[in-house]
Amino acid sequence: MTDPAQWPMAARNYANTRYSELDQINRSNASRLQLAWTFSVGADRGQEAAPIIVDGTMYVVGPYAGPYPNRVFALNATTGELKWSYAPRPEPAAKGVACCDVVNRGLAFDEGKIFLNTLDNHTVAIDAKTGKELWHTKLGEINKGETITMAPVVVKGKVLVGNSGGELGVRGWITAVDENTGAIAWRAYHTGPDKDVLIGPDFKPFYSSLRGKDLGVASWPADRWQVGGGTVWGWISYDPELNLIYYGTANPSPWNSNQRSGDNLWTTTIFARDPDTGQAKWAYQVNPHDLFDHDEINENVLVDLQLNGQTRKVLIHPGRNGYMYVIDRATGEVLSADAYDFVNSYKGVDLKTGRIVPNEEKTPVIGKNIENICPAAPGAKDWQPTAWSPRTKLLYVPHQHLCMDFKTAEAGYIAGTPYVGASVDMYAGPGGYRGEFMAWDPVARKKVWEIHEKLPVWTGTLVTAGGRGILRHHGPYLQGGRCNQWQRALAIQGRFRIHRSTCDLSRKRWPAVCRDPLGRWRLAWSGRQRRGGSSCAQCRARLHGRHPGLAVLYRGWKRASRIQTGGLRQASPTCSRAIFGPEQCAAALDFSHSSLRCLRP
Amino acid sequence: MRSRIRLFSFLVAMLAPVTTMAGQHDGNKLRVCADPNNMPFSSSAQTGFENKLAALIAQKLGKTVAYTWWAQRRGFIRHTLNAGLCDLVVGVPAHYDLVENTQPYYRSTYVFVSQTSRNLQLSSMDDPRLRQLTVGVHLIGDDGNNTPPAHALGDLGIVSNVRGYMIYGDYREPDPPARLIEAVENGDIDLAAAWGPLAGYVAKFSKVPLTITPITGGEQFAPQRFQFDISMGVRKGDHALRDQLNDFIDRNKTAITDLLKNYGAPLVEFQRSTASGDLQ
Repeated sequence: MTDPAQWPMAARNYANTRYSELDQINRSNASRLQLAWTFSVGADRGQEAAPIIVDGTMYVVGPYAGPYPNRVFALNATTGELKWSYAPRPEPAAKGVACCDVVNRGLAFDEGKIFLNTLDNHTVAIDAKTGKELWHTKLGEINKGETITMAPVVVKGKVLVGNSGGELGVRGWITAVDENTGAIAWRAYHTGPDKDVLIGPDFKPFYSSLRGKDLGVASWPADRWQVGGGTVWGWISYDPELNLIYYGTANPSPWNSNQRSGDNLWTTTIFARDPDTGQAKWAYQVNPHDLFDHDEINENVLVDLQLNGQTRKVLIHPGRNGYMYVIDRATGEVLSADAYDFVNSYKGVDLKTGRIVPNEEKTPVIGKNIENICPAAPGAKDWQPTAWSPRTKLLYVPHQHLCMDFKTAEAGYIAGTPYVGASVDMYAGPGGYRGEFMAWDPVARKKVWEIHEKLPVWTGTLVTAGGRGILRHHGPYLQGGRCNQWQRALAIQGRFRIHRSTCDLSRKRWPAVCRDPLGRWRLAWSGRQRRGGSSCAQCRARLHGRHPGLAVLYRGWKRASRIQTGGLRQASPTCSRAIFGPEQCAAALDFSHSSLRCLRP
Repeated sequence: MRSRIRLFSFLVAMLAPVTTMAGQHDGNKLRVCADPNNMPFSSSAQTGFENKLAALIAQKLGKTVAYTWWAQRRGFIRHTLNAGLCDLVVGVPAHYDLVENTQPYYRSTYVFVSQTSRNLQLSSMDDPRLRQLTVGVHLIGDDGNNTPPAHALGDLGIVSNVRGYMIYGDYREPDPPARLIEAVENGDIDLAAAWGPLAGYVAKFSKVPLTITPITGGEQFAPQRFQFDISMGVRKGDHALRDQLNDFIDRNKTAITDLLKNYGAPLVEFQRSTASGDLQ
């Protein structure tokens, strides 16, 4: 990725660094970023896609929610004017039968085309100039619980796509689709016989426990693998020199654990594959026989590190399980695996065998109340991606800091069938905070600095050459979500303050997604306010002109900002207490009555 | 994936009071949310026993039924009742904490289903034949979300002869959970362990006679249990409708019981008195 003005895929580059060479946003101006423009994608939740930018046009996709499900918008990146939009016509049933949530994690660009995954399992190629559909291919079946939520990645003319929906009995796969025709080039499943997993003579896993015939069958009882999970709803990396793609698979399901004895391969596994053929080169199972729903779909950041005097091509994988893995990406050898958050559900990773060491005291069993399991089920870090700066050689990690009590729930109910379920109470981990943004040195194998957050940091990260990391708050999940959507600029030294957005109208700017006081999702730029006399007041006036009736909302906006800046006492006292009180997940803001209000259950 | 969603659902549940305000009773309508494709409970043709019950309630209240259809899965209450699209969900387990429950109006049990011609006479979870017979169970989602027989068989180490049927099935087909019972009918499996009202209804239409036997010996698997009280659900705080429904249940016990029996639901005695006391 040589042109710093381009951001053609969710992670910006194949290495998944989310690093920009631009330095217009730097330590001296990060605190003065101003609003440039906003654009509503029409959804009131579930915006996990960050925009991509190609040649001055911004492309963004909304979630499958609101009036424009999975709509793609092409915007003039300088003005925010809509160039075109593409409306897929998803099956109306999709929302009702879809597993889990209706999110979409982004688009990809290659060779003049925008690639879109829809919740109802279509991969679509769209002409980037005109917005016209070029082809679409149906890859899965929503009525069987399959959905697609991940952002596609295009490698050597192939669009790489994976499915979601493990808990609905889905068998996980990754598929390569020809970018010109939409034809399926290959598909690799993550359970079952080697021929389905695309394991052949090239497959050379580092650890002996992963060698053997048809382990995707043998590591399950009977035919459990046929509905075994191992979906692919996270991020894909690619190393052009080694010609290998890297990604992780999700948890085993839908069987309860006492019905799926064995390692349950190839769930919660990092794969290296040849993108031309799909053939696996190596694999490493992160959590054999997962008990905690620790999907290992988190990103794999490809960097070269000086380790013991040698340059090693590695991937860094911040595990759901709380360990920061540094893995030789040519061989699959785990070079180090160190806890980056408080972990007691495991006792460490044995580097000789590569296996994580379970802590049986923390094994969830229905009928027992198991207290203080750390990390909680969403793991120490979820899908929200990290960023790597080649300048500082640090990985910037947004993550949770939650523990949980596993309890028996009174009653669950699906499709007319009652059952005794489990529930988890999640709460702040040791130290009393629920989230953290930190910098990790993978050579020294330690945290360099950390910022504790009262709430989980459910947001992706990017880092600039200007010496700032930018956290984009675009995850609506969890505590006080609506209070916590505003972009943040963080000094790499660890000091931070909040900005609302930006007015940089040059080509050099950062897109971000945030939420307005009505709770509507908007795009905003990060960048300096400098061009065309576009003061923030003018931005607001423009905004007001475009969206009559918004004027009254600025009061709420300002107050939301005050909450973010830590001015808790200035904000509505009801809100402060509700959001930052001891009750976990205890409140959310309601902006819908033209002022900031906080409602508690 | 599941956990993150569970958290999200939790937050949404906390938001319930917000949406409650959005839910407005319509004076002439009984607004019901139901699965359009899940017999014997409900169907878009309104042929399920929950549909019939809703019609009866509406008649007694002098209203007409208006449906919002939604597959009854994770998020059902969030998207329907708590989104203000309806005011009543006709069937939920008692003490279901996402809703305000009425008193229970029936109690049923998990059952074993087998072909009558096999003459298995199998009712107990302790029966050693469970280790040899091919036993089908419904799967719902993962460790914390599966049916009691799936957990109990696992606890007993009965694994290799167990077959899983997704409760979600293929939603293009009619009544996806019924595939488990049809597997017994077709001889794909020897035995199904399923929730009684579903099993009893599907068995009625089987081309070969099926025997339904309530499962016994489940106590050892506590807190797993094999019998559940079923009540109606309204939005939390909607005491007015709840009280009307409790009154309806009190006054129509015989009609309700007859309706359920007519659909083949195996009913068992209520185990304890309920809040309103007298439904023994």
